[in-house]
Amino acid sequence: MSELEAFRAEIRAWIEANCPEEMRRPVQGEDDICWGGRNFVFKNAAQKAWMEVCAAKGYTVPDWPKAYGGAGMSPAEAKVWREEMARAGARPPLSSFGIWMLGPALLKFGTEEQKVHYLGQVARGEIRWCQGYSEPGSGSDLVSLQTYGEDKGDHWVVNGQKIWTSYADKADWIFCLVRTDKTNVYQGISFLLFDMTTPGVTTKPIKLISGSSPFCETFFDNVKVPKSQIVGQLNRGWDVAKYLLGHEREMISGAGDGAQTSTIGKVLTRGGLDDPMLRAELAAFDIDALAFAAMGEKFLDEIKVGKAHPAQPNMMKYAGTELNKRRHELLMAAGGSTALEWESEETRGGAPARSWLRTKANSIEGGTSEVMLNVVAKRILELPGA
Amino acid sequence: MPLYYTEDQAMLAESVTGFMADEGGIKKQLRHWRDINCKDGFGHGLWKQFAEMGLTGMLAAEADGGLAMGHVEAGIVLAEIGRNLTPSPFLTTSVMGVTALKDASDELRGRWLPGIIAGETVLAVAIDEGAKHKPEKIACRAERAGNGFRLTGAKDFVIHGTSADAIIVAARTSGSDSDHDGVTLFAVPKDAAGIGHNAVRLVDSSIASHVRFDGVELDGSAVIGEVDGGRAVLNKVLSAGRIGAAAEQTGVGGGAFAMTTGYLKTRKQFGKLIGEFQALQHRAAHLYSELEIAEAVVIKAQQLLDGGSERAELMVSVAKAKAARACNLAVREGVQMHGGVGMTDEYDIGLYMKRERALTEFMGDANYHAERVAQLSGY
Repeated sequence: MSELEAFRAEIRAWIEANCPEEMRRPVQGEDDICWGGRNFVFKNAAQKAWMEVCAAKGYTVPDWPKAYGGAGMSPAEAKVWREEMARAGARPPLSSFGIWMLGPALLKFGTEEQKVHYLGQVARGEIRWCQGYSEPGSGSDLVSLQTYGEDKGDHWVVNGQKIWTSYADKADWIFCLVRTDKTNVYQGISFLLFDMTTPGVTTKPIKLISGSSPFCETFFDNVKVPKSQIVGQLNRGWDVAKYLLGHEREMISGAGDGAQTSTIGKVLTRGGLDDPMLRAELAAFDIDALAFAAMGEKFLDEIKVGKAHPAQPNMMKYAGTELNKRRHELLMAAGGSTALEWESEETRGGAPARSWLRTKANSIEGGTSEVMLNVVAKRILELPGA
Repeated sequence: MPLYYTEDQAMLAESVTGFMADEGGIKKQLRHWRDINCKDGFGHGLWKQFAEMGLTGMLAAEADGGLAMGHVEAGIVLAEIGRNLTPSPFLTTSVMGVTALKDASDELRGRWLPGIIAGETVLAVAIDEGAKHKPEKIACRAERAGNGFRLTGAKDFVIHGTSADAIIVAARTSGSDSDHDGVTLFAVPKDAAGIGHNAVRLVDSSIASHVRFDGVELDGSAVIGEVDGGRAVLNKVLSAGRIGAAAEQTGVGGGAFAMTTGYLKTRKQFGKLIGEFQALQHRAAHLYSELEIAEAVVIKAQQLLDGGSERAELMVSVAKAKAARACNLAVREGVQMHGGVGMTDEYDIGLYMKRERALTEFMGDANYHAERVAQLSGY
């Protein structure tokens, strides 16, 4: 048995022994997700136990170094971990923007002290982060952001407004893009971290067409941020932001996420669906979903060994989100008038319709599909003037 | 296994890419053989060079003088064949033919493999009956006669049928046309009495044959695999042909795409390079995305096939369908973005469109494979 196969056997046995039964059922919706954080209320004891047992082994962030709360797995081992988790149908023990976005940015740009302090808390599910990027006047044109941090010696005083801040009302800390030099567009932004309970921070949820409020408006009114809470160099926060955006796009693309890329034809035709045209559409979708799952696997394999084009997450985000929107269009079509129900018990409170509407944000948040195509055209295809 | 080439595979890709760019180019091969109206539609000289590089027998077992490589490696060669639009009997001979022969007797392997490995022998595969691929139904019959069989019926879309030294024929030895069982594979030598060809040039200038078997007498030793149990071998041949054609299509699509982005960077209108227009940039970027995904699923299916996975059959159909759709988009966008010159015979982009059409049809088009995906998925 090769070392990797021995590792696989070990992981398989560990999951078998430690993953509670309740944590092996498919995630039904956002409220099944374990986000962690100071104020997080676990849905049940199993969810808490699963997070804690994983955190103790570093399995909430398997490929982070052990010193920062991870399990120090190699790319090949991390792939085995993902495969075995999928095989067992085990839910991710912990999901968070700290893991997907801030973590990779801190690993690359953070000081040793920041890594030890913040990453450990993320890995243990102690802190829930939100991302302060977009502003009312700075959406696709993010770099035009106006939130300003005035230099006051040992701290900045931050004033301004963010929008589309995911779960700002539930987050403990924010990683935030703040202008620290008004004379330089790209090299006048800094990447700051601060506590959401700092005086002057307020949030206001935004009600979406889905009826839920995953996003907030976030206001900063004379918020004091100590100088030690900057990541990377002063005025070079755009480098951190871009790096992090790559990870955000990778996350939204659903690469390596079995739920988003699994097929739907068999499930949707189970009730005796008798519509050859819809069946044909489902088959066409399943082909694209299975092909994109392979793309996700290839992308993750390549990114771990530096073979992926640095702008490839933009392609992944574009393709993955467009696919997910199509998935939900088909789910609605197959569901017929039942799927229209907004509050019924049968639809678990209108889950199909609400999810369908939620997916429309996929190709907007984290950079629109159009911006993704711009970036691919410029950085990968190197088309002129792009 | 990661979804990128191993070091050995990357080395193979590098040498094949260089070799094909030098020797397999459009002017040297496709246009040359087309313009002199070559009856084979491909060059035997290049086939010999393939042999010298060890490519013709790459899938054959080492004991048979081959390299015992897999579909990932064969796909590397096919992608370059696609990129250069190189007319070659590689897919029917070295991929489908050799796959069939792997299940053949020592006698049959000894008869055909040495010639293939030496670049002297070409095989064709006769499966389709009618204008659409539908191997679930096989009407061409081989009746028992004496110690052997008598083959009667017709096959269509037999690529390289007239140049082949032997044709591998899927025929019915029992049951009715649509039965699963009762199919047998035969290696039919070209000089067997009673074979009639109607050779036709196709849109991509390859040569296909409508083959008629008029009571062709076959020795029992011509049987590949089990009598009446030929589906097992046939399915392997089909999978090999399908994933091979899909790999070739990623090359065709990639070649057309490279040509098109090149054009976008040089052609000027309205005082600008046309690649500056966002309308074209977005379409090019979308196409890039589709081609990347097609490549990913092709290598995934190749690995599954090489590993003997039970998911291989499904993923081969996914790959064939996805590669067909992506490549089709590449050639349509290619011709459109080239504008008027894209319609001329002088420019190569139209040749990509023609090849794509033929490859899509070969071993089942995207709709055929979508149907298979639905069935294999249980709906």
